[in-house]
Amino acid sequence: MGAMAQIGDGTAVQGDGADTASRDHRGLEGAAVQLVDLHRRFGQTKALDGMSLTIRPGEFVSLLGPSGCGKTTALRVLAGFDAPDSGRVLVDGRDIGGVAAQKRDMGMVFQSYSLFPNMNALDNVAFGLRMRGVNGGERRRRAGSLLEMVGLSSHARKYPHQLSGGQQQRVALARALAIEPRVLLLDEPLSALDAKVRVQLREQIRALQTRLQITTVFVTHDQEEALSMADRVCVMRNGRIEQVDVPSVLYANPATAFVAQFVGTMNRVPGRASVSGVVVLGREVAVRGGASPVPGADVAVLVRPEELTFTKDSEGRGIVMAKTFLGAVTRVAVLLDGGLTVHVDRSSTEAASVDPGAAVSVEVLAPEVMLAEPEAAPEPAGVAGGASPPA
Amino acid sequence: MVVAVATTIAAEAKAPSGRPSGRLSLSRLRWWRGVVLVLTGIFFLLPLYAALRFALENNLGHLTSAAFSAIPHMTGFLSALYLSLRLAAVTMVITLVLMVPTTIYVHLKYPRLLVAFDAITLLPIGIPPIVLIIGVLQSAPFVLKSSPYLLSLEYVILAMPFAYRSLDAGLRAIDLKTLVEASRSLGGRWISTMWRVIVPNLRTALASATILSLALVLGEFTMASLDLYTTLPVWVVNTDAVTAHVSVAVSFLSLVLTWFLLLALSAIDRRQFRKVRVVDEET
Repeated sequence: MGAMAQIGDGTAVQGDGADTASRDHRGLEGAAVQLVDLHRRFGQTKALDGMSLTIRPGEFVSLLGPSGCGKTTALRVLAGFDAPDSGRVLVDGRDIGGVAAQKRDMGMVFQSYSLFPNMNALDNVAFGLRMRGVNGGERRRRAGSLLEMVGLSSHARKYPHQLSGGQQQRVALARALAIEPRVLLLDEPLSALDAKVRVQLREQIRALQTRLQITTVFVTHDQEEALSMADRVCVMRNGRIEQVDVPSVLYANPATAFVAQFVGTMNRVPGRASVSGVVVLGREVAVRGGASPVPGADVAVLVRPEELTFTKDSEGRGIVMAKTFLGAVTRVAVLLDGGLTVHVDRSSTEAASVDPGAAVSVEVLAPEVMLAEPEAAPEPAGVAGGASPPA
Repeated sequence: MVVAVATTIAAEAKAPSGRPSGRLSLSRLRWWRGVVLVLTGIFFLLPLYAALRFALENNLGHLTSAAFSAIPHMTGFLSALYLSLRLAAVTMVITLVLMVPTTIYVHLKYPRLLVAFDAITLLPIGIPPIVLIIGVLQSAPFVLKSSPYLLSLEYVILAMPFAYRSLDAGLRAIDLKTLVEASRSLGGRWISTMWRVIVPNLRTALASATILSLALVLGEFTMASLDLYTTLPVWVVNTDAVTAHVSVAVSFLSLVLTWFLLLALSAIDRRQFRKVRVVDEET
């Protein structure tokens, strides 16, 4: 609880203010949330197509997916800003479909800066308490302690236009928490911030959520954010859920090719189906998930950079194009003779043995691989994408 | 002409590097600016100067403030001014009460209808006043038909294009949807959201709509005249037949008052913008 974090301007947070706020929030408990078979259509577009999701009390779930996958629609339905065409929203087992947004007790932080421009930071945080009839003194005290919790007590009298983007989102977070919500909804709150502030703020959000144990739904298209913050990540596509799981499982055992391609970096490599699997880069490997393509058929398989290796080989089919130092690991881009570039992650010591221009042979290490979908791969966000053809 | 001049300025500002540029282009640009400013100034100020000169001269051509000092003592002036101010107040209240929620509602719920709404609000400019008067007379409650406040209903229609445009610009300048949703997620009801969140952020737009409505009422002659009410503009025209100097003096003061209000509004707007910019630069 006493963990300290440095925010944007170097302010240490979660000190005494955090303790005070924590005392204020004693008894605060996250709610169980269930989305049951939600459908929502906008014209011909299915924004939600039978989405069902159960979130445990106090859990941090991230809705991850490309633009237009329905994640924000799901959040808006949960918040009460939009109504599903069919399906139910349950909070602690109670159907809240007919409950207006202002009565749902859900705090929300928006993607765009949503502070009320006519109010200073303190009044913004106190707004929800005012709407609940909390008296002036108590309102100011509680708003003050929340501002302290997010490290902005010295900015209480400043107006939104006097605060930086990161500070505004921290005030918005304090404002959402002030009403002691049982569910906290975060709609891409970090997307408008610069990279450094984004990383700092996400750590702070996660720390606060862990301590306050508020059920939290976090919408993002940034896989790095989702994987680093959430207890479970719900990957969405075309209004449907592809997979809901803890980040490590999502990465290691993706349920579908879409998840495999969307989460983490993935190479898409051509291969040929054989009787017992597929032949990829000259080696036969099994196919994950029991798929059995017609032997002899051309297929594309998905292989993570760490599941590939290379060896220096003057007769090799690949040429090292570039190296990206990532600390203990170095990512090596290798151009294969078919014009395809693959990324290979090796230890930095090992990668030091080759220089750009060196001839290498690339091999699959993984015992099994996943078949790629026939259509074009989605554009992964956050981390550099998978293999790409040369320009 | 102004458009042609502006085009020339733009063309010169984009002059290719092969041509004499830099200081020469800049000085030419400033020269054109000066010409535009002087011409515009003459266009607006010459009639004002003529009016002021006429109001300050007596029949013998001597300068005197008699016309201005006589204004309060003129028969019917105070009652006409009082009526115009009352009508202005009622017009402003009705305009704001009708237009603010309607414009907000259309922006929030039916943004696709904004183009149609925009066209509808222009209708009062195109429809002849006599048609408007007949329409209002036909639809107004009986109790209002013999009341001068009937004029306020007509003025509300006339003020609609100006009020709508001010409010529309104000609403486009804020992230209305997000502010409303933020307020609602915090427990704000519609009334609270309107009163505490939206209206305070539309202060400039509201002031602008109000001042434009005021200017319209203080200057509207046709409807009041057709409805046989002696508002300030009707009084000015009537007085013109008796003493033209006083009539012109009142017109001049009325114009100056409206200009002063608009300038004050503009100054407040600019001050707020400067404040925001300074803080943005600091942060």
